[in-house]
Amino acid sequence: MCRVLEAIVGPRIPVEELRAHRLRYATPTVLFMVARVLLLVSIFLPYWHMELEAPQYPKGLFLTAYVNHLTGDVREIDGLNHYIGMRSLGEAAAFERAAGVWMVVAMFLLVEGAAFVHSKWAVLLALPAIAFPIVFVADLYFWMRTFGLNLDPGAPLSASVKPFVPTVIGEGGIGQFKTYAEMGTGFWLAVGCAVLTIAGFVFHRRAYKPLMERARGALQEAAA
Amino acid sequence: MRTNERKGGKRGAVVAMLAAGTILGGLAMPAGAQQEGRRRRGAAQEAKAVELAPDQVAQLTKIANERKLNVDDLLAAAKTYTPSGRHDEYVLFSSGGQSGQVFAIGVPSMRLLRSIAVFTPESWQGYGFAGKDDPVIERLKFKGTLNAWGDTHHPALSETKGDYDGQFLFIGDKANARVAVIDLRDWETKQIVKNPLTISDHGASFVTPNTDYIIEGGQYGTVLGYGYALPEDYQKSYRGMVTMWKFDREKGRIDEANSFALELPPYWQDLADAGKLASDGYFFVNSFNTELATGGIEKGNPPFEAGVSKRDMDYLHIVDWKKAEEMFKAGKATKINGFPVIGLETSITEGLLYFAPEPKSPHGVDVTPDGKFMVVAGKLDPHVTVYSIDKVKKAIAEKKYSGKDTYGVPILDFDAVMEAQVELGLGPLHTQFDNKGYAYTSLFLDSAVARWSLGGDFAKLHSEQPWKLVTKTPVQYNIGHLSAAEGDTVSPDGNYLIAMNKWSVDRFLCTGPLLPQNFQLVDIAAPGTAMPVLYDMPVGVGEPHYCQMIKADKLKSWPVYPEVGWNSHTQSLDPRAPKKGEEGVTRDGNKVLVKSIAIRSHFSPEHVEVNEGDIVTWRIVAAETTQDATHGFCIGAYNINLSLEPGEFEEVTFVADKPGTYPFYCTEFCSALHLEMMGYLHVKPKADSVSDARR
Repeated sequence: MCRVLEAIVGPRIPVEELRAHRLRYATPTVLFMVARVLLLVSIFLPYWHMELEAPQYPKGLFLTAYVNHLTGDVREIDGLNHYIGMRSLGEAAAFERAAGVWMVVAMFLLVEGAAFVHSKWAVLLALPAIAFPIVFVADLYFWMRTFGLNLDPGAPLSASVKPFVPTVIGEGGIGQFKTYAEMGTGFWLAVGCAVLTIAGFVFHRRAYKPLMERARGALQEAAA
Repeated sequence: MRTNERKGGKRGAVVAMLAAGTILGGLAMPAGAQQEGRRRRGAAQEAKAVELAPDQVAQLTKIANERKLNVDDLLAAAKTYTPSGRHDEYVLFSSGGQSGQVFAIGVPSMRLLRSIAVFTPESWQGYGFAGKDDPVIERLKFKGTLNAWGDTHHPALSETKGDYDGQFLFIGDKANARVAVIDLRDWETKQIVKNPLTISDHGASFVTPNTDYIIEGGQYGTVLGYGYALPEDYQKSYRGMVTMWKFDREKGRIDEANSFALELPPYWQDLADAGKLASDGYFFVNSFNTELATGGIEKGNPPFEAGVSKRDMDYLHIVDWKKAEEMFKAGKATKINGFPVIGLETSITEGLLYFAPEPKSPHGVDVTPDGKFMVVAGKLDPHVTVYSIDKVKKAIAEKKYSGKDTYGVPILDFDAVMEAQVELGLGPLHTQFDNKGYAYTSLFLDSAVARWSLGGDFAKLHSEQPWKLVTKTPVQYNIGHLSAAEGDTVSPDGNYLIAMNKWSVDRFLCTGPLLPQNFQLVDIAAPGTAMPVLYDMPVGVGEPHYCQMIKADKLKSWPVYPEVGWNSHTQSLDPRAPKKGEEGVTRDGNKVLVKSIAIRSHFSPEHVEVNEGDIVTWRIVAAETTQDATHGFCIGAYNINLSLEPGEFEEVTFVADKPGTYPFYCTEFCSALHLEMMGYLHVKPKADSVSDARR
C-alpha cells in the first residue's frame, strides 16, 4: 500500500538536493500557485459578455455570465425572448451555475495537489484546470444552441423568427437586434491558469523526472 | 525532520496564496461590476468644431433668403436649436394656469417635456381615473364635492441654503387656496393641502431658504374659516392672512399639524418672498387695496378696479417668521376652523409684523441674491422701489414710524427704509436677478423686459452706475412674470430669461378666438444693452403665471420606479402588489379581488368574471424595469384609466353596476403586440335582467 502510494506521489526531495537546486524545484510550485490564484480570482469576474443593440434601446442591453450567475438586463431580455418563444435564461445551465464555484474550488485544490505529487500522475490532477476554458466555451455553445433551436412554435413572432444558433463569440443578429459577444476577464484568467498549469507541469517534469529516475536507480541498486 | 521542514514552508505558502487570492478577488469585484457598464460600440459621435465651407455658406444664405431670415434670426436659431438626443441645459417648471397642471419645458430649446397633473384630473397620467376612493379624487374634494380644476399660479422649487436642490416642487392654486407638493423623483403630485382659512389665495407658493416652510399668502379679504359677512362689515369682519406650511422633507409632505397662519388686515395680500442670507428669518408680502374698498358697481359705488387703486401708497408687509414660529410653538395662536392663527394683536405687541409704504398696486416683492434688498414693482407706478434690510432692521429698532394703520400695525418711515427708486417704464410687475449684478423687471404696459443695475455689493459686478435702467427689450405682448435661470436664488446663473407674455395676438397662426400665451426666451448672457429675444413658444394649455428655471443636472429623476410593486402614493414598495404566480380572481361575498400583472404584451388574468353589483378591487402591477416601457390600463364605460409606469403598482375599486362584456386594454403603445394586450371584464347581469333579456 505504502509503495503504491509512493509510486503515485513520487519521492520526496533530499534536503541537500533542494538546497543545491532551489529554483528547479520552486519553479513548478510557483507556477501552480499563480495559476491557482488566477483561477480563484476568476470567480469574481465575468466570463462572457453579450451586448444587444436595437433602435429602441439606445444604451444597449447587456448580459454578463459569471461561473455561478448571470447578470445584466436578464429580465428585459427574457421579456423580449418570450416573443420568439425562447425559454427564460434562468433555465439554462442551472447545474453548471449551481456547481460553478465548487468546481473551481475543486480545480484549485487539485492543482494544489499537483504540486505535492512528484510523479507524472500529477498531470491527472492538473488536467481539469487545463481543460476548463474549453469546457466552458463548449458548454456555453451547447446551451445557446439548445435554446436557439428549441423555440416555442406557438410564440407570437414564430413566423418571422425561425430557430437559430446565437453567436457565442463575435457579431450576430436576431430580429432588429445586433449582438456582440466576447469572452470576459474571468475567462481569460481561466485561460491564463490553464497555460500556467501546462507550463508548471513542464517544469514539474523537468525537476522531478531525474529525481524519480535516480530514486528508481537507487531502488534497483539496492535490489541488486 | 526533512519532511516536516518542507511541510511547514508549504503550509505557509498555502495560507499566503489563499489570502492573496481573496484579496485579489475582493479587489476584482468592483472591476467586474464596471464591466457591465462598459462603453458600447459606435457611441454617439462627438460634435466636431464647425467650419463652414464656401458651398455651405452659400446653402445657408440661400435658405435664409428663401425663409426671409436675417443674421440675428440665424444666430437665434443656432443658440436654441437642440439636435435630437441632445439635452437642454435648464428645465423650466411653469404653472399651467387654469389647466391646473405644471409644465416642464426645456431651455434653450423651449420644447415641452411634459405636463404634471396637479389640481385637475388628467387622463394620460391616470390622475383621477382610478375608480371610487381614488386618493387623487379624495384630495381634490372640498367639503365632499370634487373640485376638479385649479388655477395654478406660483411654482416654488425646494431650496437648501437658498439654492434650488431639485427635490420638490410646490405650487399654489389661486381659485381654491390650495398648495400641492410634487416629488421630482417621479414628477408626480403627492399631496394637496387646502387652506382652512380662506377660499382663494394668490401668494402661494414661496419657500424659506431651507424649505422649512412653504409660504401661502392670501389675496381677497375674507371671513377667515370660510365665514359669511356682507361688505358693510368689511373692516370689522374680513381679514387677510398668510399661512406657513411646515414641510417635512424626510416624508416629502407638508406637516399640517405643525403649520400655522398669521392674521393680517383685509388688504389684498399679493406675492411673497422669503428673506435669505442678510434677511433670513423675515419674509415679505406686498399688498393692495389698503383703501379697504368694497366695490359695489351695481349700487353706483366705484368698481373695485378704481376703489382699490385710489391711494398712491400701499403696504409692504415685513414679517419676522422665526419669531412668529416661536409664538406659535409657545401656544400664542388661537384656532380658527381648527387651524392655529396668530392674531393681529399678538403680531403687533410681539413685533412680528411691520408695514413699509410701497408704490401703489405692486405685484412683486423680490429679494436680491445676497438678501440685502427687497425690490417692489409698483404695477401702477413707473418705478421699482428698493428697500434695504439693514435700514428696515434699524428703523424697527429705532421705532422710526410714520404712523399706524387702521388696525394698529406700525408703518415704518418710507425714507428711513428705502434704498433707491429706479424708473423703468410703465407697469413694472416682477423682478429677477442674474450673476452680473443686473436685475430684470417685466413691464406689463410697455410690453418689455427692463435690465437695470443693482447697487450695494452688486455694483462691483457691472460697469454701470448703480440703480439705473440699462436697456429694455420689447416682448410680445403684455408680459406678466419673468424668470431668469435660478434667478430668485442666492446664486443666479444669468444666461437665459423667460418672458411670460399674456397675449400673443399676431405671433402665431390664428387658433380661433382663444389664443395661446407666448413664452419668449431672452438671451441675457451678454452684459450691457444686448438682450435679444431668441424664441417664441406658444403655450396653448392654460395661462401660466410664474415659472422657475433650474439647472437640469440638479434633478435626480428616477428613470423607472426603484422596485417592481412600487406604490407612488407612499413612495415605497407595496406589500399588496401582486407577485408572479399570485395572479387571479378571488371572491368574498360580493367583494371581488383581482390580482393582475401587466407585462409586455399581456395582462394576467385576461378574463375576469364578476356579477352585476359586485364591488371589484383590481390590483395591478407593471412588471417592467425598462425605461419607457409604460403600460396603461383602461376599462371603457367605467371611467377608469391608469398609467402604469415601469414597476408601478395601482389599485382600482369600482362597483360593477353596468352588466355586459367590457374589453379592457393597455392604453400605452407598449410593444409590437400592444393591440393584443387586452382582456375582458364580464359583468354577469342579475337574474331578473337575464330573464328580461330572454323575454
